[in-house]
Amino acid sequence: MDAVCTFCGNVCDDVEFDVNTQKGKRFCALGLAKFREKERIKSPMIDGKEASYEEAIEKAADILVSSKKPLLYGWASTVNEAIRYGVLLTEKVRGVYDQCASVCHAPGTLAVIEEGIPGGSLGAIKNRADVVIFWGSNPLEAHPRHPTRYSVMAKGFLINDRKDRKVIVVDVRKTKSAKMADKFIQIKPGYDYAIISALRALVKGEDIEANEVGGVPKEELAELADMMKNAKYGVILYGLGVTQSRGRDRNIENAVKLIQLLNRYARWIIWPMRGHYNVVGAGEVPAWEVGYQYAIDFSRGYPRFSPAEFSAVEMLLRRDCDAMLVVSSDPAAHFPRRAVEHMKNIPVIQIDPFPNMTTLLSNVVIPSAVAGIEAEGWAYRMDGIPLRVKKLVDSPYWSDEKILKEMLRIVEEKLEG
Amino acid sequence: MIEVEIISGRTIDQGKTVEEKLSEEYFKAVSYCEINETDFKKLGLKEGDRVKVKTEFGEVVVFAKIGELPRGVIFIPMGPYANQVISDDTDGTGMPRFKGVKGTVVKTEEDVKSVRELLGVE
Ligand code: SF4
Repeated sequence: MDAVCTFCGNVCDDVEFDVNTQKGKRFCALGLAKFREKERIKSPMIDGKEASYEEAIEKAADILVSSKKPLLYGWASTVNEAIRYGVLLTEKVRGVYDQCASVCHAPGTLAVIEEGIPGGSLGAIKNRADVVIFWGSNPLEAHPRHPTRYSVMAKGFLINDRKDRKVIVVDVRKTKSAKMADKFIQIKPGYDYAIISALRALVKGEDIEANEVGGVPKEELAELADMMKNAKYGVILYGLGVTQSRGRDRNIENAVKLIQLLNRYARWIIWPMRGHYNVVGAGEVPAWEVGYQYAIDFSRGYPRFSPAEFSAVEMLLRRDCDAMLVVSSDPAAHFPRRAVEHMKNIPVIQIDPFPNMTTLLSNVVIPSAVAGIEAEGWAYRMDGIPLRVKKLVDSPYWSDEKILKEMLRIVEEKLEG
Repeated sequence: MIEVEIISGRTIDQGKTVEEKLSEEYFKAVSYCEINETDFKKLGLKEGDRVKVKTEFGEVVVFAKIGELPRGVIFIPMGPYANQVISDDTDGTGMPRFKGVKGTVVKTEEDVKSVRELLGVE
């Protein structure tokens, strides 16, 4: 059956999957692992005991309504329709909405607020890009089909074959992706900002005094600056190597400034390599509803944005939330140790298809259908293009959309009660 | 003991098992660290030995492997093991520092904990 892959931000819409034989076509190893059958959360549970959907949703609504400041977190691996109910629910219970990007690409959002983003689509990259720089990103392990479909081997209107494209990888490790590049530039951890600043100077035609910056010799930087100036259509595709290292949002701000400067000489764009299939939606949906992408507090009855106060990690570190709803995400596995500690002190509700580390801490567990296999809906590809993900098979599990719609209805009833 | 900078990040095996976090495969995919070959020998390690990684934010025991890294840099796949030692300071952005945290590595005889033991739940 024609399918749309719901693992990574590529959201490949050319794949096929047969649910009966469990075989797929054109998937990468990650997508195939996603679509294969695996252990599921068998039934809704309250404090470790099996319950019905109705009972578990009722209990979850009780927890949300009786808490002072609940944190509603996750959202990157579900569809826009479910996320929308999540935003409405957060507003109703006067909680805080935060999403996976807050530990991933959100520093880029802060940079975009300051500088804007000179961006483009994956289609434009495929058709036009003759210089492609992967900076702190490792597509062969995180987005395995990105190089073949869009950015390296892909043929396009102006790109006849691989030789028409120069591919550069900038990273602290010689990753698998470094090996597919024409040139690998190895930098010291935490020196992205300094290197970008040096490139800005060189592109402007200024000299730099140092002989090397962040482990890269001046001549190599000058060569790179030259190649950037002479591109017809260049792109920097950056990953978490840039957002999670020293400098965080400032690194992206500096990179956007470099792109603005390059656009005086050539056409250049910059774009983040987004991870989960709908992590873009987890930011776009609240942005259309309330104006902000993450770290949104509704406790005063209107939305306020402040990552220093309302991002999930900050909320947990300061013990600022007294309940948590986790949707399609696993913060117990992916947050720093001290943030996870607070999750053990408060009631946690989980909505997810698969048992994970957050399940082990949750008081209420509500299993859901897997979007793209058992449920359908809209998702944004990493470049902001909306795609409809499919339902291939009926399942006994409720979709995230149905669970959250029902939870919102019961919460409203209780609040009016 | 050697001093290191710790990097965490995605690997293909971490991605393949990320929806099976309570499985042996996930445990294998995330409970190791890669060390430069010279550093690995200096620590007196053989493949399969364990090391204790320590930072000001915590400590963790993981399996040791040789990896293609510069001296003084180690790599732990993103996940619960890396998260014991990375920096929880977000600098006001919400983003912890998952990459480039300073710490130390020593050889140890201690066991690598399961994900349940790491969380402190049974
Ligand atoms: S590249 Fe991403 S979206 Fe495409 S098949 Fe692989 S995991 Fe799925």
